[in-house]
Amino acid sequence: MSAAVVQPETRRAWRDPLSVALAVVLCLPALVPLLVIAHASLSPEAEVWAHLSRYVLPEVTVNTIKLLIGVALLSGIVGTALAWLTSICEFPGRRFFDWALLLPLAIPTYVLAFVAVGFLDFAGPLQTWLRAWTGTSAWVPKIRSTGGVIVVLALALYPYVYLLARTAFLTQGRRALEAAQTLGYGRAAATWKVALPMARPWIAAGIALVCMETLADFGAVSVFNYNTFTTAIYRAWFGMFSVSAALELAGVLLLFVIAAFAFERSSRAGARFASGRDVTRAATRLQLGPVGRWGAFAGAALVLALAFVLPLLQLLIWSAKNVSDIDSRYWGFIARSLILAGSAAVVIVLAGLALAYIERRRSSTSMRLLVRLATLGYAIPGTVLAVGIAVPLVLLNNQLQGWLRAWMGESAPVLLLQGTLLAVLIAYLARFLTVGFNPIESGLQRVTRSIDEAAASLGVVGTELIRKVHVPLLRTSLATAATLVFVDVMKEMPITLITRPPGWDTLAVRVWEMTSEGEWERAALPAVAIVLVGLIPAALLTRRGAHVA
Amino acid sequence: MAVRFGVFAPMFGALVLAVGLAGCAKQPSELVVYSARNEQLIKPIFDRYAAESGQKIRFVTDDAGPLIERLNAEGANSQADILMTVDAGELWHAADLGLMQPVSSEVLNANIPESLRDPQGRWFGFSIRARTIVYSTERVKPEELSDYAALAGERWKGKLCLRTSKKVYNQSLVAMLIAEYGEPKTEEIVRGWVANLATEPFSNDTLLMEAIAAGQCDVGLVNTYYYGRLLRDKPDLPVKLFWADQAGQGVHINISGAGVTAHAPRSEEAKKFLEWLSQPEAQAFFAGQNLEYPASPSIEPDPIVKAWGDFKRSPMNVAQAGELQATAVKLMDRVGYR
Amino acid sequence: MWLELENVVRRFGERSAVNGLSMRLAKGSIGCLLGPSGCGKTTALRCIAGFEAVDAGVIRAHGRVLASQDFHSPPESRQIGMVFQDYALFPHLTVLDNVAFGLHRLERSKRRRRAEEILDTVGLAEHRSHYPHQLSGGQQQRVALARALAPEPQIVLLDEPFSSLDVELRERLSLEVRSVLKALDTTALLVTHDQQEAFAVADVVGVMKDGRLEQWDTPYQLYHRPETRFVADFIGQGVFIPGEVVAAGSVRTELGVVRANGNGKWQSGRPVDLLLRPDDVIHDDASTLRAEVCQRAFRGAEFLYTLKLASGVQLLSLVPSHHDHAVGEHIGIRIEPDHVVAFPRD
Repeated sequence: MSAAVVQPETRRAWRDPLSVALAVVLCLPALVPLLVIAHASLSPEAEVWAHLSRYVLPEVTVNTIKLLIGVALLSGIVGTALAWLTSICEFPGRRFFDWALLLPLAIPTYVLAFVAVGFLDFAGPLQTWLRAWTGTSAWVPKIRSTGGVIVVLALALYPYVYLLARTAFLTQGRRALEAAQTLGYGRAAATWKVALPMARPWIAAGIALVCMETLADFGAVSVFNYNTFTTAIYRAWFGMFSVSAALELAGVLLLFVIAAFAFERSSRAGARFASGRDVTRAATRLQLGPVGRWGAFAGAALVLALAFVLPLLQLLIWSAKNVSDIDSRYWGFIARSLILAGSAAVVIVLAGLALAYIERRRSSTSMRLLVRLATLGYAIPGTVLAVGIAVPLVLLNNQLQGWLRAWMGESAPVLLLQGTLLAVLIAYLARFLTVGFNPIESGLQRVTRSIDEAAASLGVVGTELIRKVHVPLLRTSLATAATLVFVDVMKEMPITLITRPPGWDTLAVRVWEMTSEGEWERAALPAVAIVLVGLIPAALLTRRGAHVA
Repeated sequence: MAVRFGVFAPMFGALVLAVGLAGCAKQPSELVVYSARNEQLIKPIFDRYAAESGQKIRFVTDDAGPLIERLNAEGANSQADILMTVDAGELWHAADLGLMQPVSSEVLNANIPESLRDPQGRWFGFSIRARTIVYSTERVKPEELSDYAALAGERWKGKLCLRTSKKVYNQSLVAMLIAEYGEPKTEEIVRGWVANLATEPFSNDTLLMEAIAAGQCDVGLVNTYYYGRLLRDKPDLPVKLFWADQAGQGVHINISGAGVTAHAPRSEEAKKFLEWLSQPEAQAFFAGQNLEYPASPSIEPDPIVKAWGDFKRSPMNVAQAGELQATAVKLMDRVGYR
Repeated sequence: MWLELENVVRRFGERSAVNGLSMRLAKGSIGCLLGPSGCGKTTALRCIAGFEAVDAGVIRAHGRVLASQDFHSPPESRQIGMVFQDYALFPHLTVLDNVAFGLHRLERSKRRRRAEEILDTVGLAEHRSHYPHQLSGGQQQRVALARALAPEPQIVLLDEPFSSLDVELRERLSLEVRSVLKALDTTALLVTHDQQEAFAVADVVGVMKDGRLEQWDTPYQLYHRPETRFVADFIGQGVFIPGEVVAAGSVRTELGVVRANGNGKWQSGRPVDLLLRPDDVIHDDASTLRAEVCQRAFRGAEFLYTLKLASGVQLLSLVPSHHDHAVGEHIGIRIEPDHVVAFPRD
């Protein structure tokens, strides 16, 4: 069998530089901002940096660490516990919660933030009502506090942990439980000692994603007026007019990012050894006692209510007040959001696929390092990323323009990259490459070499192999990747704002228009539109039995 | 791998072409405005100009900071003709970076007061926004209020609400205070403000006023047009405006203004638009959209705004807001004003 | 009796996967549930382990009731070890830690010693610090067995333990597993669809069909004295030829009269089918009875010939391989069954 038809080594040799070049090109959008940041960090502006390190850095560092730890812990616990309940146990409403618990993915963090603050703050409806009825609302915890930010971000981001932990438990959890039970461990002890440790790589990957989102977030922390690295970067840049100081802060932020990323990678190492084989014998679900069943139901219902149902309700109520805002332009906003999200999904999934293949064929350490570096783009604040790409893009544009002009004369179009939708897509690629790449990489790892070899022995290689064998096997991974990118781009705001060509207003841009002027109730309408459009893909993620890890 | 190229390359190419062309499709005759002033406020003006003159205008909105960075990065190929902002400091910064071109126009010079425009003609203010004190009618008597510095006094301990120092309006306010009182005294004042805060700074003025109405605090600082907007929704709001510092320099004012960009492809048309905007009817409309004051003192503001009464305005050149902005931000960091 | 099932029923919706299963296993003996897929053997195993409830009937083990219609003791308290079909080793633990996993009731100091002892018994002592993914299939299976045996359970259940191994490994491991179980005097129940495995490992084998036992007996008896047609069909090879009962339990067939040994159950004249195993059909050049060779399979020491009689009835015959006959040849045969196994034809 090993003597099957395989690409001769000589032919592979000349293909390699091409694939390396392609890989570099695909990773470039994400790497360039990193290089810009790294370069700027090396030449500090002494005076501004002195001010920053004395008055800004201490608070911002402590806040960011508090935020990271708080959000990681809370979303980790909530996501893992819920995944456990819906994959392993049986309780009333489990089938519903199985996919419904992913719906909060459709709500952007900044929307959840302004809904929470608008509703729960001193002057908001809840406390006002409480004061009218009971005279005091002092016992309601302060929403605009560290705890408030942590809870809101955790509620918005737990679905990432939930999705990944769910995959782990579905493929390994029940069997591990049974084995432990035959060795004398009760269900609780078995969960603790076996199922959780085995799921650790997936849970860690989910928490790493959550950490990166938290580090890059600007919208939500602004609503809370909570000072993190991202807000400090904006302050230095636009408040103190110091680009270099801003980039230096971004450099420090990068250290946090690398730490989060290293943590995820080290936990991931264990995943290679996991059995990963789908449990062929349908092990029956764990039946909880009466307290457990209704406790599980209550817990899941509470999380869903807080993270999705109640915010959506509040948004709908506010929208109803401002229905007159809907005019014919709204179709345009929705269409543009869909177009951007859709084309971004296509581009990024294709890029992720290409990268995954290149890594599979030619997996050297330098290739892997390249790909990992490119995934860091996810944690860089959107504006920093977009501007970091802008300058090289302009240079490239000028070069291309020069060539075209030499060829076509004066009638050559001026804008080829800069100022077009291409620039927007390239910026999205820099930011969301990792979202598209990870599921595909995991999926491709399940396609073993022996499958390739079996196909080769039947005369199927090259594109036919990809088309007939790989793509069907990768279908769920590709769908998951496309869906996640789609939903993320629908919600994306800072990059869209700064890179869009004139006239390309999307729903997220509309939300910004309102919130930047403090008109939160009017922002509810486009926010609802974003959520409703994102609902369908979000629900599809579990319906298709997606495996993300 | 070459085979794979056969699959990917045409797909990529087609996509790139389609999407890129969509962006390339441009009408060269349209003016392009980069605006930090929101869409709902500028679109009516642009539509009116298009109706009157036939000149269509396209625009991109964003915060001024990112817009300026975008202009900076785009360089000579930039398609933007006009930069419009909601703060003088931002215009000053853009001019400082060399992103604006000087415009010599008698019309503009005549219509816009000197203190509200750049001496070199790189930018012009078209409407004025005042940032002054608001107070609770239920708990505060107007006699107790005087100027901005007084808010740092004992009387207001635990009763002051402020908007975040991240918003450029407060940065410009503090910058103007530095210009008026000097840095050490201003630091004292702002420190006093922070000590008097009833709660964490708010992310916008509207929340601030609602907090005053709900009783969380008694006084605050807002831009007058936010007051006007909130009053429209809630006419019975127990909050009123107080014109600060009438005995001294006057209320701090800022401008919403614009200028022609350094590499504007259509600078003549841009200049024409700005001149149109400086005319009385256009100014009245521009300011009236948002309950602001027209830049030219001879033009009557919107009746609602007029009803708030006349007040003494600070005569300082608004450009100082930009010159001193970085200093102001550092000061606010030092005193812990978030 | 160490393990006893009494009319156990387990339903899934309308279907009864286990439909009145009764069996008894003595202490120290190795039993096996054998049957085609879907016969309910794995479900029965899982009921004994405690992963499935019992809808009717009783399961008793080492003196206590484990499960009944109204009672269900959880798996962790049954002291029943299990070797899963996919081994279910814990990938994040070393081999030694895997084996020691069930020893939490022992004092800490004794755990390591016991684990190493049992690893030695299965012959994997030098792999104690390796991780499961570093071992071959056969080695993983032995670790799974060691892990199940380490806490000295009352009963060990094995669910198709050799199904993912290749053939030579299977044979060798079957004998090894049996000797380990016997050495430790463990009571065990095995579930499989492979007869060779069942015969190699178990003392008593039960043939299952549609959720109940057709016969629970030693392998020898199952082969030579099947009690139902299904068992006769399932176990070993053979064909049925039609015949008729004549006096005193003898059966007349096309190949002659076969004398029964005391099997006088049926009346004269009753039509029956007689079971003929390949070793019952003997090649005899002197016989007048001729059959045509249709197919032949070389098996080393013997040929398995498929023969066709003049009447069209087919037979199997196991013939020493130096009798090399080609397809189409006619050879002489006679039948010499040691046990008359016949079933009524209907």
